[in-house]
Amino acid sequence: MNLKNIIQTTALGLLLAVPMPSALAGSITAKGSDTMVILAQKWAEVYMGKTPGTKIQVTGGGSGTGFAALQNRTTDLANASRKIKSAEIAECIKSFGKRPTEYKVALDGLSIYVSAENTIQELDLEQLEKIFTGKIKNWKAVGGPDAPITVYSRENSSGTYEFFKEHVLKGADFAASAQTMPGTAALLQAVAKDKNGIGYGGAAYGAGAKHLKVKATPESPAIEPTEETVVGAKYPIWRYLYIYVNPAIDKGETAAYINWLRSDEGQKLVKEIGYYPLPETLRNK
Amino acid sequence: MGLKRGHRANPFEWIVERAIFLIATSAILMVFLIFLFVAREALPVFLGQTNSSLVQEVLPVAKMDTLSPAELQKYLGLTPKQFRELDRDAIQALMEVKLEGASELTKDKDAAVNTTQWRYMLLPHQWSDYDHPVFIWQPVSQIHKYNIIPLAIGSLKLTLVALLFSVPIALGAAIYVSQLAGNRARELLKPAIELLAGIPSVVLGFFSLIVLASFFQNLLGYQVRLNSFVAGIALGLAVIPVVFSIAEDALSSVPRSYTQAALALGSSRWQTAWQIVLPAALPGVFAAVVLGFGRAIGETMVVLMASGNASIVSWNIFDSTRSVTATIAAELAETVFGGHHYRILFMLGTLLFAVTFLSNLAANRIIRGLKSKMEGKR
Repeated sequence: MNLKNIIQTTALGLLLAVPMPSALAGSITAKGSDTMVILAQKWAEVYMGKTPGTKIQVTGGGSGTGFAALQNRTTDLANASRKIKSAEIAECIKSFGKRPTEYKVALDGLSIYVSAENTIQELDLEQLEKIFTGKIKNWKAVGGPDAPITVYSRENSSGTYEFFKEHVLKGADFAASAQTMPGTAALLQAVAKDKNGIGYGGAAYGAGAKHLKVKATPESPAIEPTEETVVGAKYPIWRYLYIYVNPAIDKGETAAYINWLRSDEGQKLVKEIGYYPLPETLRNK
Repeated sequence: MGLKRGHRANPFEWIVERAIFLIATSAILMVFLIFLFVAREALPVFLGQTNSSLVQEVLPVAKMDTLSPAELQKYLGLTPKQFRELDRDAIQALMEVKLEGASELTKDKDAAVNTTQWRYMLLPHQWSDYDHPVFIWQPVSQIHKYNIIPLAIGSLKLTLVALLFSVPIALGAAIYVSQLAGNRARELLKPAIELLAGIPSVVLGFFSLIVLASFFQNLLGYQVRLNSFVAGIALGLAVIPVVFSIAEDALSSVPRSYTQAALALGSSRWQTAWQIVLPAALPGVFAAVVLGFGRAIGETMVVLMASGNASIVSWNIFDSTRSVTATIAAELAETVFGGHHYRILFMLGTLLFAVTFLSNLAANRIIRGLKSKMEGKR
């Protein structure tokens, strides 16, 4: 490594906080989705208590950060709240010659939040699409009071942002006036304090504002996000949470850990944190 | 060299002198290299070498045996080293992934547009799905829209609000502390104001997100809770100590003979401060304001937390806004290294650097002009 390289690396480090390489014996690192951080920490905590000698480190940063770390081999597991993209698969193949293995580890229903003062109880997907793309600008248009809607969204680095954009907005752009919040907690905080606000986020953060019931079409029944409706795919806005792993290291301790996550015991913790467990058919026995 | 001039420097002094010289040069070198790195990452955007067009040629997997290795390597976008290291299975997997990627692509009519050209980054464009031409920053989208105008306006608007709020307060405080206050008041006030500089900007941002935003919304009754006004005020709190301490230094360093002469001629303390000392210290005061500008436009955390970060084109200070710095901070960690989004964020960084550099340069010029005018040298 010549001097120029060292200085460049230092400069980059100052800008980006270069991830530390892991790969110590008996330790597993998991990096990625901010939505999954609490869940992944809980899993790690319980698993470490159960099998002394195993060390598990969990960091957030966003699903994309997790994939980047997987490509650079600075993490063992990449937590992701969205499916991996083809460009990211290509990068993985370039780096370790194989597609990363995908494991579904939990379900998440995205809640639509409004302030507790809001009189609206339910919205359908089409109304949501119009509100978040800025075509509906007043609560009156969806049966509420005559007041302008303030739209809260997430930063475009978040997996939740991309999921919502793809599934609710059908790929269209968010309204330019949508305010972007650095995290689900900040978003919820903002919605709770803004009586005209509306936002979206993972079910695990539900306290503080109220969530709306969602209808798939204007005629279908309004569904509340509960375990039964999300696992049964009745609630219309849900997604899988994933873990991706380099197949070369998916053995021994790492494989045992992933297996355990998908067992009844691991799935019990999913429920404790506030997400939804995998349906029986997808679990490991 | 200074130390040699009077007497023969002893070796120890010589070593110390060299060490200090080395440290000083390395600081300059470091700044230079950081700038070089940022500029190098941004260079492809300036040279027009980036391409965000989504339309690309794809080949069926079976073609892999008929292509020459060089063609295959080019098609898959591999470096020669990567190409050598990958086995046949991996190449085949890459071919498959490339096909999958192509089938995921949108049929949007703008898919073939290279949105990283300057005309898409600076001028409004009517994208499909929009009913009129717009300035729009939507980098994570089916069509990557990189118009930087909303961000530039956001940064300028925030800086303007911050300066309008902080400069009068900081200058007022500086004049009072340096000219009018008694000794005890001065000893109390000066460190108190400078203590403001010690508040970490993330704390300031959090404070404005939770407290200031609600307070001002209740007071003024505007609609959008997080907006450039709230963020500007919080930013102003960060700027006050910068402007204050430099302006106060400038005012205090005006020769005492000026003050004494003015007082002896019968002017009041206030007249002396306002009409004699302030004009004499003007270059320093101006420098303080320019440094405040640099601090405001470069501040990130406060803005990221309190401004709402909506990338809209609006000069209304009660609208939410997205600054250049907040954009870089929020988006850089998620971009593909070396991709067009990554390069454009570095380009924004370069522009930011250029703006602060030019404003400092201009200020320097003006200060020198003012100074020579004041001292009677033309």
